[in-house]
Amino acid sequence: MPKVKVPRKSTSVDMTAMTDVAFLLLTFFMLATKFKPDEPVIVDTPSSISEIKLPDVDMMMITIDKENRVFFGIDGQQKRDSLLNMMAAKHNVTFTEKERKEFSLLSAFGVPFDQLKQFLNMSPADRNKIKQAGIPTDSLNNELGDWVWFSRLVNNNIRVAVKGDQYTGYPKVKDVMKTLQEKKLNRFNFITSLERGAE
Amino acid sequence: MAEIEGGGGGKHKGGKKRGKKLSTRVDFTPMVDLGFLLITFFMLTTSMNKPQTMEINMPDKKKDLTEEEKTVVKASQAITVLLGSNDKVIYYFIDPKTGDPETPVLTDFDSRKGIRQTLLEENRKRNKNLDSIAIYKKQMEDGKIDKPTYKAHVGSIKADKDALIVVIKAMDESRYKNLVDILDEMLICNIGRYAVVDITDKEKEMVMAAQSTTK
Repeated sequence: MPKVKVPRKSTSVDMTAMTDVAFLLLTFFMLATKFKPDEPVIVDTPSSISEIKLPDVDMMMITIDKENRVFFGIDGQQKRDSLLNMMAAKHNVTFTEKERKEFSLLSAFGVPFDQLKQFLNMSPADRNKIKQAGIPTDSLNNELGDWVWFSRLVNNNIRVAVKGDQYTGYPKVKDVMKTLQEKKLNRFNFITSLERGAE
Repeated sequence: MAEIEGGGGGKHKGGKKRGKKLSTRVDFTPMVDLGFLLITFFMLTTSMNKPQTMEINMPDKKKDLTEEEKTVVKASQAITVLLGSNDKVIYYFIDPKTGDPETPVLTDFDSRKGIRQTLLEENRKRNKNLDSIAIYKKQMEDGKIDKPTYKAHVGSIKADKDALIVVIKAMDESRYKNLVDILDEMLICNIGRYAVVDITDKEKEMVMAAQSTTK
């Protein structure tokens, strides 16, 4: 007697549809993505109801962390390079080709100018390890003012964004605002996050 | 369609014998794996939402400002808001008759009974058109007017010459969040004219006195 053969169903599933979905999502993320710039400090911004979006280009970013340290950064590698040249000319310091290259890749930094050379010669991993002192903003040695001023010379259309931490003390914010005003920048942006919870 | 294994199928009834066709199907599983791996990578590295910002305009810091150039603030329409320590706010008005500060009031950033209520009430008292903003907003939401029109209306209402003027002064003990909060209140309360100014010693004492009595 012949046995009744039960036809075995294959367990393998057609993967085509899944591939389609996966690559559709992949394309979306690849197009929508903008790489996070590596930030020297984590800053928890206060919330506001303001819905103005921050533009991507022509920005200089002044970050103040909760230990009242000031960090500075501008966009664009060529702009950074010419900014460093101007700063170097003012302080009579020369930077090597390598140091200038390193600087043009730096999205933000927070060291006084006399430590900048040393800072640029570190490897990126070491840079994350050391504690950056912050850019001086006091009236005797207002390096932030110089950076801001030269950034304006480099890029005339530049706008200023101030990114402060919730716990940043007011005196430091006042210093920064005063510096900006002295450099004739009377309009600037405070970076905030969206207000959570409905009011 | 699920994959069909070569062996079971295809009986040709009386047909010609054909060379066995090799299946053209490829196993897509590794490709899916790769796809999802890349998705995960992009999802983790991406920063989707752009940060929000609030714009602030500071007065020009010209030292040799002549008397005519200075904005004269009528005492009756100005409120001075002092940012103190521990997220507290002190506000006071100037008595229009004597020119002396009235008794300062201590409050906080509570959205129900904090500084917002005061600012809203006082602004409504002075700016008669303030309630029209809500109407214009409704009209915009209903699609009757477009956004630029709405903004123009709001702008002209905010610029009303009798509207409340807020003078913001922060103590050194206050934190950055307080400043952003109070600027945020300016947006919420539709206050068009405000300024961040340095605090005077007299006001510092005022804040100290107001904060010490409540402790």
